[in-house]
Amino acid sequence: MIEIFQEKIRQAASRGTPLRLRGGGSKDFYGNEPRGELLDTRGYAGIVSYEPTELVITARCGTSLSDIERILETSRQCLAFEPPHFGAATFGGCIAAGLSGPRRSSAGALRDFMLGTRIVDGRGRVLSFGGQVMKNVAGYDVSRLLAGSLGTLGLIAEASFKVLPLPQLEATLRLEMPESGALEAMNRWAGQPLPISATAWHDGELLVRLSGAEPAVRAGAGRIGGERTHGEPWVGIREHTAAFFAGPEPLWRIAVPSVAAPLALPGRQMIEWGGALRWLKSNAAAESVREAAQRSHGHATLFRGSDKQAGAFAPLEPVLERLHRGLKAAFDPAGILNPGRLYRGL
Amino acid sequence: MGAALPVAAALLEFLPARAVLHEEEDTRPYECDGLTAYRRLPGVVALPETEEQVQRVLKTCSAMGVPVVPRGAGTGLSGGALPPENGVLLSMAKFMRIARLDPLGRIAVVQPGVRNAAISDAAAPYGLYYAPDPSSQIACTIGGNVAENSGGVHCLKYGLTLHNVLRVRGFTIDGEPLDLGSEAPDAPGYDLLALAVGSEGMLAVATEVTVKLLPTPQAARVIMASFDDVEKAGTAVAALIGSGIIPAGLEMMDRPATHAVEQFVGAGYDLDAAAILLCESDGTPEEVDDEIARMKAVLQASGATRMRVARDEAERLRFWSGRKAAFPAVGRISPDYYCMDGTIPRKRLGEVLNFIGAMERKYGLRCPNVFHAGDGNLHPLILFDANKPDELHRTELFAAEVLEKCVEVGGTITGEHGVGIEKINQMCVQFRPAELELFHAVKRAFDPRELLNPGKAVPTLARCAEYGRMRVHGGKLPHPELPRF
Repeated sequence: MIEIFQEKIRQAASRGTPLRLRGGGSKDFYGNEPRGELLDTRGYAGIVSYEPTELVITARCGTSLSDIERILETSRQCLAFEPPHFGAATFGGCIAAGLSGPRRSSAGALRDFMLGTRIVDGRGRVLSFGGQVMKNVAGYDVSRLLAGSLGTLGLIAEASFKVLPLPQLEATLRLEMPESGALEAMNRWAGQPLPISATAWHDGELLVRLSGAEPAVRAGAGRIGGERTHGEPWVGIREHTAAFFAGPEPLWRIAVPSVAAPLALPGRQMIEWGGALRWLKSNAAAESVREAAQRSHGHATLFRGSDKQAGAFAPLEPVLERLHRGLKAAFDPAGILNPGRLYRGL
Repeated sequence: MGAALPVAAALLEFLPARAVLHEEEDTRPYECDGLTAYRRLPGVVALPETEEQVQRVLKTCSAMGVPVVPRGAGTGLSGGALPPENGVLLSMAKFMRIARLDPLGRIAVVQPGVRNAAISDAAAPYGLYYAPDPSSQIACTIGGNVAENSGGVHCLKYGLTLHNVLRVRGFTIDGEPLDLGSEAPDAPGYDLLALAVGSEGMLAVATEVTVKLLPTPQAARVIMASFDDVEKAGTAVAALIGSGIIPAGLEMMDRPATHAVEQFVGAGYDLDAAAILLCESDGTPEEVDDEIARMKAVLQASGATRMRVARDEAERLRFWSGRKAAFPAVGRISPDYYCMDGTIPRKRLGEVLNFIGAMERKYGLRCPNVFHAGDGNLHPLILFDANKPDELHRTELFAAEVLEKCVEVGGTITGEHGVGIEKINQMCVQFRPAELELFHAVKRAFDPRELLNPGKAVPTLARCAEYGRMRVHGGKLPHPELPRF
């Protein structure tokens, strides 16, 4: 199967025709408009190895993300970055998009768990970087560079990830709080030894999830206060099926330092990751959203929206743009892999 | 050395005389880093004090085509800061300021010459600390930690430098300002921060590093567990992790290592054990009590012959000081030692330790082992006497065989010390030519003329071809008298 990928990529490179790498298509909406001849990665599927006591799983790109999570769960383990699926996601697509879910602020991002990868580059060569071990500093960290590259550097054929035990216990607390109070509280709690694994604020309501051993969760709940909720709100927040995400307005993902003051932008906001992630449902002009993000030392991604004229991602500074082009040329000299999906010219 | 003088004159146009060293008596201290077997006198040492000066040093060197090697505290163990031939050694030692510490945002913005431990010292009044703790943390600098992606004894739970650095500002070799990562959780585009961390000073020079601070755990306790067999200790590690516990620290030492350390530190280790495990839990007092009880049950079931929980904080620190002093302790029982840094999948531990035992017999050299057991990072320490040329040669062959064994079992030649100049030949074993070629292309995207730390970290294909030929000839290297590591 991997030989078929190699052959297709070699042919496309020699003809200079773009390829659109795609797994389950669950994130077709993400990034700039996909273009090129479809190369479906779902046929290259399966878990290559999984050793719970090594805390490592290796799987092929076409493996369904749900299958991976189900298998980990049988050993009471998980992908700690809690990736969103947004549909029938594949492992490869999950890595290429590089998105993390509610647990990101406490556990780390997708890239933090990536240990190694096998890719097919833009010349059709199979290359391996990193490995299946936790610590590895031989060569540049190319595998983590692939996380979030939206398939513009290579086809992620296989990858190894660090996995972690599932928390023994989880509980969610609900508190009434205005935005500025919630931001202050989330940052203050994050500086204390509390087992907070997720936070979400919207419209005067703050949800706080605690995860860990029973004594830690109990003590933490006592310190934070509020009332225990009985529902499970986090899947809806992760998958954008919660009520906040409904409606025709574009959805912006604004990443800022967690202590950034409330963003004065028209529309509705949901705050996650202890203050560092602000979702905005708004018809505000792209420039004003991006300016507000930049003033707060962050950046704004047009996450979902029909008009991506302004580009899905915040523009790069000239030096960084030049480095991006240099790296693209190193991996994909013919410029055929998902061209333009991340930035024009990449 | 004479060829470097024109660049010295050019640097003196904007740097004060005290910041440009070129007399042998001044440059001698910079001839090597922590890997002392490799030495080269730098032509010029530049000690800039401001970002503008760093930028001008780089622009000057770039314009003159002069190689530049950045250096922090010089504690690196792979020769990454070995000075360039006819080039400039760029010392960042004057950049010692903590620019900003934000207790609410839990970050510290520091200059690259700030010592690792100094960050935690500065954060302590706020109940915060910087998690990565390489054994050299009282001396090594954050700039060097970023270059090497340094680890430590707590990284299974708290991650490596990579996981704890948010942003790096600096310059390219051409003196262009670079800003990688962000105080926000991510930055747009490719993750260039991940690429820069661990790049061994090959891609850019850092002038400012923003690190994440974590709340200091309220409590920490450590268990010392003894085993009558090294493989049993390895099985116990797998059992701990399989039971859903991620210890804050999990270290293994074999008997030769505990004996060496005990003479030096008096850590109170069990000298009868074939191997000991140090297994730490941290968190709230309730969490720690609960976890220590679960750890003890698993260790017991895995055949621990003795277990001792450190009675108090003083004893806990003593247990750890022994582990952290393992390298200098070994330095006292042997004229010279060579520290390896391979990482292996933990399940292959028994096989690799048996292999190391066989190599001890084959080469007639002793090799105590210390091991970051939680993450599979082995530090075998080969004891030798450099005054006996044949021992040096045998040590080199011993080390090469062990590193290649690490690759064979699915591991890596370096877990945290870096490739530098020391393991450059083994890179040819771990990577194929197309992969090495891609590394060179990545370097050229940042540094097209390859002036920054040239010749380190990634071997040329010609060098690999040469190394391959040497390996074919019965493992006998030409000129065994030359120090190669």
